[in-house]
This record gives sequence, C-alpha cells and structure tokens, in this order.
Amino acid sequence: MSVITTFKIEYVQYLDAEGKETRNDLPAFTKDLDHMVALYKSMFSTRVFDAKAVSLQRTGKLGTYPSCLGHEAAHIGIGSAMRAEDVLAPSYRESGIQLYRGVQPREIYLYWGGDERGSDYQHEPARHDFPCAVPIATQCLHAAGSALAFKLRGEKRVAVCTLGDGGTSKGDFYGAINVAGAQNLPLVAVIINNQWAISVPRQKQSGATTLAQKGIAANLYCVQVDGNDLIAVRKTVNDALERARAGKGGSVIEAVTYRLSDHTTVDDARRYRDDREVEEAWTKEPMKRLRHWLLGKGVWDDAKEEAWKNACDRRMEDETMAYLETKTQPVTALFDYTFAQLPVDLARQREDALSREKLHG
Amino acid sequence: MAAITLVEAVAQALAYEMQHDDSVLILGEDVGINGGVFRATLGLEKRFGKQRVIDMPLDETSIAGITIGLAVQGMKPVCESQFAGFIYPMLEQISCHGARLRSRTRGRLTVPAVWRAPWGGGIHAPEHHSDANEHLFANIPGLRVVLPSSPARAYGLLLAAIRDPDPVIFFEPKRIYRLDKEEVPDDGEALPLDVCFILRDGSDVTLVTWGSQVKETLEAAHALAKEGIHAEVIDVVTLTPIDFDTIATSIAKTKHCVIVHEAPKTAGFGAEIAARVVETCLYDLLAPVERVTGPDTHMPLLRLETKYLPSVERIMDAARRTLAAS
Repeated sequence: MSVITTFKIEYVQYLDAEGKETRNDLPAFTKDLDHMVALYKSMFSTRVFDAKAVSLQRTGKLGTYPSCLGHEAAHIGIGSAMRAEDVLAPSYRESGIQLYRGVQPREIYLYWGGDERGSDYQHEPARHDFPCAVPIATQCLHAAGSALAFKLRGEKRVAVCTLGDGGTSKGDFYGAINVAGAQNLPLVAVIINNQWAISVPRQKQSGATTLAQKGIAANLYCVQVDGNDLIAVRKTVNDALERARAGKGGSVIEAVTYRLSDHTTVDDARRYRDDREVEEAWTKEPMKRLRHWLLGKGVWDDAKEEAWKNACDRRMEDETMAYLETKTQPVTALFDYTFAQLPVDLARQREDALSREKLHG
Repeated sequence: MAAITLVEAVAQALAYEMQHDDSVLILGEDVGINGGVFRATLGLEKRFGKQRVIDMPLDETSIAGITIGLAVQGMKPVCESQFAGFIYPMLEQISCHGARLRSRTRGRLTVPAVWRAPWGGGIHAPEHHSDANEHLFANIPGLRVVLPSSPARAYGLLLAAIRDPDPVIFFEPKRIYRLDKEEVPDDGEALPLDVCFILRDGSDVTLVTWGSQVKETLEAAHALAKEGIHAEVIDVVTLTPIDFDTIATSIAKTKHCVIVHEAPKTAGFGAEIAARVVETCLYDLLAPVERVTGPDTHMPLLRLETKYLPSVERIMDAARRTLAAS
C-alpha cells in the first residue's frame, strides 16, 4: 500500500481556562499590555452590548436577537487580527466582530429592532463590510467573490467569512473553500463552533473529527483553535490573514467555543440541552481567563473593571436611547431602495401606499 | 456588415463591453477555451485572458454567490448559467442576496451583476435542459428579468443589462439562437430596459409574448392577416419591472388580448399580465383574455416536445376564438 496523502490538524491554545499560559512562546503582540487591556475591554463591552440587547428584547423593545454570549474571544480575536481594508462577511451572531470594525451598537439594535438602516453602517471599516447574512453560510461565497476581486485587481486585501458549526454542513461553505483552493484566493473562513445549531449538537452535523479539516480537501491551511482564548484566536487568524495577503492561499480556522445563551431570544435551550453541560462551559468562558492573565501581569484590577463596566453601561444606555429615538422610516422606504431608480410600475405602487397612508395613517 | 445570429449578438455585446469597461468579467462553466456550450463566449478568453473569462468549479451555487461578491467589490460580473434548467441552485443566492443587498443596506452595497442563461425548449435537448422558468424570477423584488428575441435586441439589451446598476436575469431563448440573422452594428448602443417592444402594428387583437414564442406569434400574425385579422404583436422583453402601459394602450385599440408563453400556465407570467388586463382594461375588452401556454406539466423529453410548445395554429385559434366571442 502506498499513501497518497495524510493530514494533521494543529490545535492552538496559549491560555487555559484559568488564564495560565500553556506554552512559553506567546506571540509578540501579547507584549503590548496596553493593547491586551484594550482587547479585553472590547470583549467586555461586547458582553455588555449583548446583555443589553437581550434585556431590550425581554422588555419588548427589540425583536428576536441572537446572543453572542461566550463568543467574545473569538470575535475580538478575529476583529483585531483583520486590517481595515479587509472585508468581513459575517453570519448573524457576530456582533462582537462587527462592533470592533466600527458598527455602532445603535445600528445593531436598529437592525434587530426591525429597521434596515441598521445595516447601513456609517463608519469605516465596517461601511465596506457585508451586513450579517441570515441564510446559513451564504456569506461564505460573498467573501470568496470579494477575495476573487481582490486577487484579480492585485490588492493586498483578504476577505473573511465567519460561520457556525451548523454552517459547515452547507454547500455554500464547501463551495467557497473549494473555489478558494482551486483559485488560490485570499479567503479566511472562521468557523465559530459553539457546539449547537439551535437544538442540534455538533456531533450530528458531521462525522469529521474536527470541522477545520473540512478545508484539507480544498488544500487550505487548516487549524483548530481554542475559541475562548483571545490570544490563540488572534494569533491564528493573523497568521491566516498574512498567508492570504502574501498570496499563499486561504484558510479554514475552527474556533471551538460554546453558545452560553439560547439560540435566540425566542429559543429555550433548556428543552434540548443539559444544564450541567452549560455549567461546565461557563468554567471555560473567555473573559475570566484573560482577566486572570491581565491581573497576573498587574495591568488590570477590580477598580479598573468597575470603572470600565460603568463606562460600557453608560455607552449602551446612550446607544439604546439613540436607537429608541430613531423614528420609523416612512412607508416610501418600502420602495426606495429596491432599484437604483424607481421603475414606473413600482412608482405607482409607491403612490398607492402613500395615498393609503394619508387616508388611514 | 455581416448579418449575425442571436447567440453571436450576445458574444458581440460581451466583447464590446469587456473592451470598453475593465470591470466587466465573465464567469461560469465552460465559458473559457470552450466558449460556452452554445459558444456565447467564443473567443473571449483568448482576447481578454483567463483573468476576465473564468472557468469556475462546477457548482452553480458557488458561481452565483461569487458573482455577488465580485459585484459588491465593484466588478461587473456576467455570470453564465449553462442552462436555465440548472439555475435552481442559484435561486437562493440571487433572491436572498443578489436582488436584496441594495435594500438590506439601504443602498450601501449594490450588485451590478448579470446572470445569463440559455432558456426554453425546442432544441431536442436532454432532460432538464429545456426549462422555461422566467416566472420564478419575476416574483423576486429588486431583480430585472429580460428575454430578448432577436439579434439586435439581444445585443442592445445585454449592453443595457451589464450597465444597469442592479442585478439582471438575462434569459436567452436558445431555440432561436441561430434561427435568424440580422445586421447588428457593433456600436455599443444599448436598448432600453423596462419597455415593451411593439413588433407589429394591428387593430384587431393584441398578441402579447416574449422569448422564442415571438417567432410563432409573428408567424401567426402574418397568417391571420391573410384572413383579414390584423394582430398587434408586443414583445414584453423586460418582464419585471413590467411596462404595462404599452400593453394597455394596445388593448384600448384592439379590444382583444391573447397572451402566449412557453412556461406552464398556472402562475406563469401570463397570469400576471391577464390579471392586469382585467384590473386595468376590463371595459376595453370585447371578449375574455386568452392564454396560449405550456400545460401545467413537466417539459417532456424530446419526442413530445413539439406537443408541449405553443404552436402557430394554437395562437391563431386563440385569436380567432377571442374575436368570435365578441
């Protein structure tokens, strides 16, 4: 018997659940402790943002919302590794990455509160990113197409798509990584494996030992990483981005984390998963380990945390006010963004809607 | 100037626009060295290079989604679906994203893409190669559905479709790909989208059609004239957004309407036109609207194909029936 090919998947972790370093070759960026504090603060503000969104929904002020509780290290690791000129094509649970890239909390609240303007991101670099994709894994192909455009134009930019473990079952994901391999595209696909696709556990999605290895068949660079370890995610994604930027091809990174929340605010995960599993997952959550690590470095303390919590709370209150004070779009907004120029037939439907509005309010 | 066929007019329009706009590129299956299975991209890879005429892995979903990514990044991709019968995997990407991103982002991101597909039956092709499914796309907001029926209209409308800032489905009636030739100046002049074309003036009955059925409908009109029945023939061309005014104006004159299309009858695009005729032109009509369409069955294999497709005789019968009823 001769062996044509073999593969292995590296698992990357720098900090364990308690914040202890598990290897002695921490990446260079960890030496900039101010930056590490800033990353921790971004994770923290993501969690405050997220809790606020859930409470807004619970009090009837927001529509259905998919919480990203527990995904903070994955999100900020990805967001901080990307350059401004790169492009993000996220799924609907990636608020943390979006916030890091300049999406405003009020915009995400606005979107889940039922207003399309929430996807009209006003600030760069998010302004050139894709809005979150709701149909599963479809965004992977938009990233692949963007990557193809960058390659054709000789731009040193990378397209990043993020998806869940369930998303790796879809053809759009396989198609995107397949094209990326065939055409050597600067595409980085990050699977945020939070173990659950609504009520279906990771094991039912695939018989593969890791989800990262799905990229092996496409000849991409594939790594599994502790998705609760900010340092590991940041380093791995950064490596993948630089490979892609240098023309060395695409990557599939599997960030292993856990969905500490329900699927969305209309889901009740207690119907299908064991509380003990969730309790166990909480012991590995991403904030604690980085906080311990920063405490150990002497650059963070309870007073700083309290001050930052208060600052985040105030910010989210302001953002909430801005969201709630945003007036609903006029009925004409139904029509005005369908085409670049309103076609005659649609203009008449718009007029009808306007007259109904005048008649009935 | 040599006369060219419809499929040659498609290739001529693609070449013109690629020559004059660097952001235009072609992607699909077999579009490169093979020039497409119908040769609509013949010679383009050699002329413009593999960077602009891209043979993709054989996955329609990927090709459709990647087209959207390219378009959002400022390219003007012209994506070929090899047959309209193989376009179904593209539907999710086109409907959920291609036609929707402008609205979803309030105009921040746009998709100036064209999806071309050889469309319809009548060439004795294998199973799944003959679908007429334009109505499925006509119900998708934010999307233009265009079907040219002559070399000149294929050239001018494809240019318009590529230049349009919004996504366009461009169905090419492959039965008439090589049927007729006409001189089509390669002058880069686009024809207008969103308007019907009146192909024949008449006073007695309005025949409304599109795609390959334009051929049979014109033949029927010609034959009816010998019986003293003067039919007006309207090629709808852009199904959505529809130019209903041209149809309504014609019916106000003729008082009779026959709609001809190849796709199945129920919920075919003829149903939309018939509904609008009733809404808008009921008091102009002297007889019920007639529809001559494919039956609500699957497109058969090639032996029964001609039984499925509307014929000149069926169109003439419908015209005579509606006139007799008034």
